[in-house]
Amino acid sequence: MNNTDPLIIAGQVYNSRLLTGTGKFKDMDETRLATEASGAEIVTVAIRRSNIGQHPDEPNLLDVLPPEHYTLLPNTAGCYTVDDAVRTCRLARELLDGHNLVKLEVLGDEKTLFPNVIETLKAAEILVNDDFNVMVYTNDDPIIARELEAIGCVAVMPLAAPIGSGLGIRNPYNILEIIENATVPILVDAGVGTASDAAVAMELGCDGILMNTAIAEAQQPVLMATAMKNAVKAGRQAFLAGRMPRKRYASASSPIDGQFL
Amino acid sequence: MEITINGKAHTIEQPLSLLELIDYLDIAEQRFAIEINRELIPRSTFEHYTLKPGDQIEIVGAIGGG
Repeated sequence: MNNTDPLIIAGQVYNSRLLTGTGKFKDMDETRLATEASGAEIVTVAIRRSNIGQHPDEPNLLDVLPPEHYTLLPNTAGCYTVDDAVRTCRLARELLDGHNLVKLEVLGDEKTLFPNVIETLKAAEILVNDDFNVMVYTNDDPIIARELEAIGCVAVMPLAAPIGSGLGIRNPYNILEIIENATVPILVDAGVGTASDAAVAMELGCDGILMNTAIAEAQQPVLMATAMKNAVKAGRQAFLAGRMPRKRYASASSPIDGQFL
Repeated sequence: MEITINGKAHTIEQPLSLLELIDYLDIAEQRFAIEINRELIPRSTFEHYTLKPGDQIEIVGAIGGG
């Protein structure tokens, strides 16, 4: 593919700057169709107890989104401690035959699902030392983002708003500060509600966006996946193009010269 | 002896290796990872792991998530 503006994470080249989650969809068909429509190449998965014997015919997520075709990004969703997050990542790596890219999230509170950044920093350090490539979910705090990069995380993913809230970019200046300080990719993870939110994040200069609920809980998830793909692309192009400066007063687009009235 | 698999108690009769347990559960075709007593057990060592009374076994896979 002829892409002069790829997203590079841990040395791997991706053409899509939209990463999607695979939760909350109606069924596996919808998961597959929405993921395809989004153009995502990296998709998150959760690690949970296997269904042993109860439903042998139930379709498996990895049959719908095969690891040969997608870069799977196992998450540590639901983990509230360093130990749980590290165990989950080690299980994921074993599950995926040594694939070592993970999304680390250590949560601090059930109501907000805000990250516990103290535990996140500790877990990140353990995982980086254990040869994981860590994409880390964190708060929109520029100092913590800088620390996570210093630890060796391959991407830092500040929230735009609480997970699943759809509130959009609540703190654009913090996101901007994080982007300007960083040398690793910065992806907004969580909080995007609709296409304009995705465009705003990309126009700020984010390297990509990870979203799930905004697509899965749209009235038409597959159509919203297409909208998000276009919004991420448009936002990126606008960022690269460089927007015009804001002005308080009007500036006529048609010339004054040659006016005959 | 009693062991726990994914939170449920199971009684097994004879000494069993982890590999034999996987056969018994009929999950050999699935993609999964296992930890016992909170320690990851690499696939290559399943046949050498003999289950002990009280073992807490977690068998996990990938599902949809964000």
